[in-house]
Amino acid sequence: MTMNTDGTSAVEVRNLVKTFGGCRAVDGIDFNIPAGTVCCILGPNGAGKTTVISILATLTAPDSGSVKIFGCDVRKDANKVRRLIGLTGQFASIDEGMTAAENLMIFARLLGFSRKGAKERTKELLEEFSLTEVADTTLSEFSGGMRRRLDIAASLITRPPLIFLDEPTTGLDPRTRAQMWHTIRNLVKNGSTILMTTQYLDEADQLADSIVIIDRGRVIANDTPDGLKKSIGSMILRITVKEMTRAEEAAVIIGRSADSAVPFSEACELTAPIDNTGCLARVLAALKDADIELTEINVTRPTLDEVFFALTGGGEESEDR
Amino acid sequence: MTEISISAAEFGSKECSGIITAISQTFTFAHRAMIKAFRNPESLADVAVMPIMFTLLFAYLFGGAISGSTDAYLPVVIPGILIMTLVTSCGTSGIQIREDMDKSITSRFKSMPVARFAPVAGILIADLVRFAIAGAVVFVAGYAIGYRPEWSMILACILFMMFFAWCLSWLFAFVSISVKSSAMATSAAMMILFPLTFLSNAFVPAETMPSVLQFFVNSINPLTKAVSSVREMLTYGTIDTDFWLSLLGAAAILAVFIPLTLRRYMRKT
Repeated sequence: MTMNTDGTSAVEVRNLVKTFGGCRAVDGIDFNIPAGTVCCILGPNGAGKTTVISILATLTAPDSGSVKIFGCDVRKDANKVRRLIGLTGQFASIDEGMTAAENLMIFARLLGFSRKGAKERTKELLEEFSLTEVADTTLSEFSGGMRRRLDIAASLITRPPLIFLDEPTTGLDPRTRAQMWHTIRNLVKNGSTILMTTQYLDEADQLADSIVIIDRGRVIANDTPDGLKKSIGSMILRITVKEMTRAEEAAVIIGRSADSAVPFSEACELTAPIDNTGCLARVLAALKDADIELTEINVTRPTLDEVFFALTGGGEESEDR
Repeated sequence: MTEISISAAEFGSKECSGIITAISQTFTFAHRAMIKAFRNPESLADVAVMPIMFTLLFAYLFGGAISGSTDAYLPVVIPGILIMTLVTSCGTSGIQIREDMDKSITSRFKSMPVARFAPVAGILIADLVRFAIAGAVVFVAGYAIGYRPEWSMILACILFMMFFAWCLSWLFAFVSISVKSSAMATSAAMMILFPLTFLSNAFVPAETMPSVLQFFVNSINPLTKAVSSVREMLTYGTIDTDFWLSLLGAAAILAVFIPLTLRRYMRKT
């Protein structure tokens, strides 16, 4: 994935605030997306991801702050912005009662294509998303994956330079999910900028040039995947010490050899972020030298919870939401 | 990258001729509504099957009691059924708008450079086709059981009623946009339709009713005037003042409810 270096910002969000009732769904968010890159907004349910997307896509007016899409303000130039974006929402926004081709035709006509132009574009898109064979099938007979593909196709009719995908893989089986990743990579290859939301860390890691992690309406991290990994480790080592009395000693040893913040201890279980296998080997060797016996060793990818823990430095707070 | 933004901007200026674009978008929405209706024929039941049922039911069940015989009742009841059928199908269209609003497809429309009123106006324009079907079905059903109207007036009569119903459909659209859910839109439509169609002179002469009811039927319900003028047209082939009065009333409804409906729709979505 090559970063676009000409410095144009596809998206510029400054101090964005949106309140629903008494709840600050978006509470002062800032971020930038350089043109031609993929940005993942990562966060748990209710973090404010969808609200951010709907403000950026001109569906919801913000209370304060500014959002610029390729330099156009979402409030003042809403119609200009709408010509620059394609939105695929969290729930399929296509017509159940019509066929795949009819759906695309209607959207293309609405976007100002002539009848002939709409037909051509429909054909292209159906081919691109391997839907040609089911072009004349009513959507009620579509699988979840087909529906999702058509949904994305419908937001690409004008080849918009900025594409919003709100949780594009939620609820898809692993195979369909991989297909979706492939689709997203192709879009980027063709020069689009993508802003997508996800609940999965590995997805963001796979696709994103930059990751914005939000929690309770605030940005808690904004970095490249590599940068994030450096701060939280690309893997999580989880070990169980045989003798509880030596847990604290083990914690110090691990902290020193993994070169990270002091790992937190829960009875005999210790958790530490790890960057690479060399680091893992150092930790284990150090524990062996100190003669500390282990009953269990686990190396896993960090979960979103662990990322939050690492970033906010306290699990309690984020649990009782 | 810059190349892409420029081409997108050009695409914008090309179709910036506002109102023409908006009208063409409205017709695309009408086209969409029609595809959906014909793909799903049950949705046409209210204009294709119901009128036949009502024609037969009223003519044979009440004909003898109200007018002495079915034949004598037909010129009275067919205009009533015409109006009732068309107005009932207005109720359905409001519900369609509401159902669309509740679906996520509305957010896609909103994220596109599409005129804000086009989705509503499109559905209501597609309704004209439903009205035409309903009108034709009633005439055919009536003819089959012996109704012989003044043929010269049929076309004018159908056009008049299509316009009348179309004006009312904006009122129903307003109601269903205003309520909370599509289920409530359905019951609200029924609550308006029932008194409007039955508390009129559509099926029973107003003179037979108690005076309070007569007041509502003759002075408040706009349908009474419409029914009377349709009767006049079909029975005698003449156009009376009721015709002009109901046209005026319908136009007034239109003038009030187009802005109200569109404003509420834009605020709610």
